[in-house]
Amino acid sequence: MTLGFYPGCSLKGSSREYAESVLAVANAFDIQIREITDWNCCGATAAHNMNRELSFSLPARILSLAEKQGLQEIVVPCAACYSRLTVTKHELAKDPVLKNAVTEANGLDYSGAVEVLNIIQMLNKYVTPNLESHVVRQFDHKVACYYGCYLIRPHEILKFDREEDPQSMDELMLKAGATPIDWAFKTECCGAGLSVSRTASVGRLSGKIIGDAKDRGAEVMIVACPMCHSNLDMRRNSINEYLGEKVDIPVLYITQALGLAIGLERKVLGLQRHFVNVTV
Amino acid sequence: MSKIGVFVCHCGENISATVDCVKVAETAGKYDGVTFSIDYKYMCSDPGQTIIKNAIKEKGLTGVVVASCSPRMHEPTFRKACAEAGLNPYMCEMANLREHCSWVHEKGEETTEKAIDLVRILVEKIKYNQSLDAIKVPVTKTALVIGGGIAGIQASLDIANTGHKVILIEKDPSIGGHMSQLSETFPTLDCSQCILTPRMVEVAQHPDITLYTYAELESLEGFIGNFKAKIRRKSKSIDEKLCTGCGLCTTKCPNKKIPSEFNEGLGTRPAIYVPFPQAVPNKPVIDKVNCTYYTKGKCRVCEKVCPTQAIRFDQEDQIVEVEIGAIVIATGFTVKQPDFFPEYGYGKYPDVITGLQFERLASASGPTLGEIKRPSDGKIPEKIVFVACAGSRDQAKGIPYCSKICCMYIAKHAMLYQHKVHGGKSYVFYMDIRAGGKMYEEFVRRAIEDDGVNYVRGRISRIYEKNGKLIVNGADTLLNAMPVEIEADMVVLATAGVANEGAEELAQKLHVSYDPYHFFAEAHPKLKPVETNTAGIFLAGACQAPRDIPESVAMASGAAVKVAALFSQDELTREPLIAVVNRQAAPVYSSCVGCFLCQSACPYQAIEREDIKNRAGEVIKSVAKVNPGLCQGCGTCVAFCRTKSIDIQGYTHEQVYSEVMALLNEY
Repeated sequence: MTLGFYPGCSLKGSSREYAESVLAVANAFDIQIREITDWNCCGATAAHNMNRELSFSLPARILSLAEKQGLQEIVVPCAACYSRLTVTKHELAKDPVLKNAVTEANGLDYSGAVEVLNIIQMLNKYVTPNLESHVVRQFDHKVACYYGCYLIRPHEILKFDREEDPQSMDELMLKAGATPIDWAFKTECCGAGLSVSRTASVGRLSGKIIGDAKDRGAEVMIVACPMCHSNLDMRRNSINEYLGEKVDIPVLYITQALGLAIGLERKVLGLQRHFVNVTV
Repeated sequence: MSKIGVFVCHCGENISATVDCVKVAETAGKYDGVTFSIDYKYMCSDPGQTIIKNAIKEKGLTGVVVASCSPRMHEPTFRKACAEAGLNPYMCEMANLREHCSWVHEKGEETTEKAIDLVRILVEKIKYNQSLDAIKVPVTKTALVIGGGIAGIQASLDIANTGHKVILIEKDPSIGGHMSQLSETFPTLDCSQCILTPRMVEVAQHPDITLYTYAELESLEGFIGNFKAKIRRKSKSIDEKLCTGCGLCTTKCPNKKIPSEFNEGLGTRPAIYVPFPQAVPNKPVIDKVNCTYYTKGKCRVCEKVCPTQAIRFDQEDQIVEVEIGAIVIATGFTVKQPDFFPEYGYGKYPDVITGLQFERLASASGPTLGEIKRPSDGKIPEKIVFVACAGSRDQAKGIPYCSKICCMYIAKHAMLYQHKVHGGKSYVFYMDIRAGGKMYEEFVRRAIEDDGVNYVRGRISRIYEKNGKLIVNGADTLLNAMPVEIEADMVVLATAGVANEGAEELAQKLHVSYDPYHFFAEAHPKLKPVETNTAGIFLAGACQAPRDIPESVAMASGAAVKVAALFSQDELTREPLIAVVNRQAAPVYSSCVGCFLCQSACPYQAIEREDIKNRAGEVIKSVAKVNPGLCQGCGTCVAFCRTKSIDIQGYTHEQVYSEVMALLNEY
């Protein structure tokens, strides 16, 4: 079966190494991946603050396209895109009036049959069962798995494992040979979009996250969201300013960490693209 | 041939202002079967009733239709009047000309026409009425009280003191419930055990109370006044008659590291144990799950040291069958454990505790002998945070209701802390302070003003450990949601009060209803707070909703009065308006074909199976039979019956059909 792929804007731009590592890992596990043709913006945070119908029409168009292109299941690595697509599916399923309006606006049929997977779900479904046999170099580091918000909220809709103290990323990393630390900042706010408008606030918010991870001996941060990554990695100067010290813990996408564990080339995984040098 | 009397009431001007009562009476007088009709200003008055009585006697009436107000108002009045004149009370029907006609319509021809219709349908119905007798059921004057907390204790004592027998069952080894765990009580700060233990002893010594501890309800059948209960007396592994309660076994038991339920896991107990020194009865039980002999087959130390040879390893559970007339459910509540709150440490920080655990820390009989020491290292906390509404009033946690007691006990906790730890700093994070109750608000103010407890209005978002401190993150919503971070030594969560595990199962055993949170449902939220919808079963205390001690006690006394009222009668009288399955002469016996669809439809388990036998004792036919003690006359079975074999007395198919036809036929 072919797994559909919705990259969204980040994975084509600032976090292209996330896309690279997702595709590299998928390739290593013989997962057929096909990018949805003619995809559009998921609406991200802008649309749902301005126009409710638009905020559902945009993701619905992506889902309609996937349906039309014969995809039963799509993986959406960006946590924000995943949130928008899943919330849209949820809303359209319970509101036929909205569904009609959206279908009409898009001029595309929408049945809601396409399964939307986040990266953790995708990995657990297609990678975890064969992970052990693929691991050539245990990812033998203390890791702080950071989940952020988009992957797990709102709980009523996304049903992520455990709202306030999620576990599934930790479990995955454990299987790759890592030692996940027990810490309290797994779901604290990284500052998200304030990265653009109030960099100092991001320095403080992300600083608390990096600071706690460091205090508890983490060697690597593991993330599954482009926004989290850019705040923890790209804003490291502001973070260090807040912390008053130079902290050089690298931030890896979970697919990059798994890629290292199964022996993929560093360049294939895009590790050279990070601001904080990946020394592991 | 019917001789029906029609009595039309003006109800002052309530009816006559819009209905032509004279015309109604005149028209009714012309109907077939009506031999007497009259209108009068107040039919319910003494002279009005006399008119009815005299007409019955003089005209030999076989049926009476009173056209006046709602039967809810005066049906008992007129039926009594008929009975006094020698007519069966169920031969009297009321046409509701007031609520159903004069009050809701303008004056006019059509209004009078409607009033005439209302009278006519009852004239036609009453031709098919039959004399009915009230149902009498005997009463077993013994009450079963389930749960030996303060509510169950109070209910048992109150019932027993009216001279009736009580069987009190408690699932734990001792009665006392949560109240025995509390340190001091709000709003007076008197010692909880000091006021409770005399009551516990009273229960044990009361000649009319049979106490079964370590016992649970196995099953229940029957109906009001006539229940049969099976009680499982769990094996205590001791012979209670021989045991003197010397306690030697508990001191010699080698397995002493079991978390104590009474101390909410903050202390330990041996495998053979008495939950607390003032326990009633003060005799130990063996916890089979943790006992070395039961798990590994070796040890028997208690047996060796027992001076009276009272240990019985081979003792089995015993089922006791009892007959009872009423039940009081007083099974109480429990609190959510910290592992319900991942954001507050998910049960992994030993110094994040529940309110109930704090009670044990503050209690003189507790694991620290009343000193406030934190569980992790026994240090006295210099800074303590109390979190109100931990789970309560939180839709996302599935507990939208207020747990009611927390605002008060948190104020008490903070006060006790300030009294015991001089120079300590305490913070209370709250949403609202709900201190409704006598002397309650004053109590909270005292905590704030006299004892210097810092009340912060806001929620806690996260608690985590750092360098041996608990970092408490929250917001002060009175300071524009300013983030607050406190480095605390200990955190007390006022976790939500919830229904006991197994409450749902118990409700189903007892056939009482329960709410979505598994609290037992009262029959009416205002006017029947201690009754359930099942006759003869009553509620007391926090099994109905979170309740504090005064409320639980008041409820228990209320339930006890209901039981005493029930027991004041030798027989119960009930309206005979119940379902009956028809019986016919042989060889048909009944038109019932025995499909028992009615049995599955009946919400009251009132339908039984009756085997009709021939003289040789062979079963010829199985048919449905309605238990008159259980039937509430709802009529669901009637609607389900495919052969029209069931009728509600007073509302038979014939009666209802004749009413409908009376409306359809032109006069």
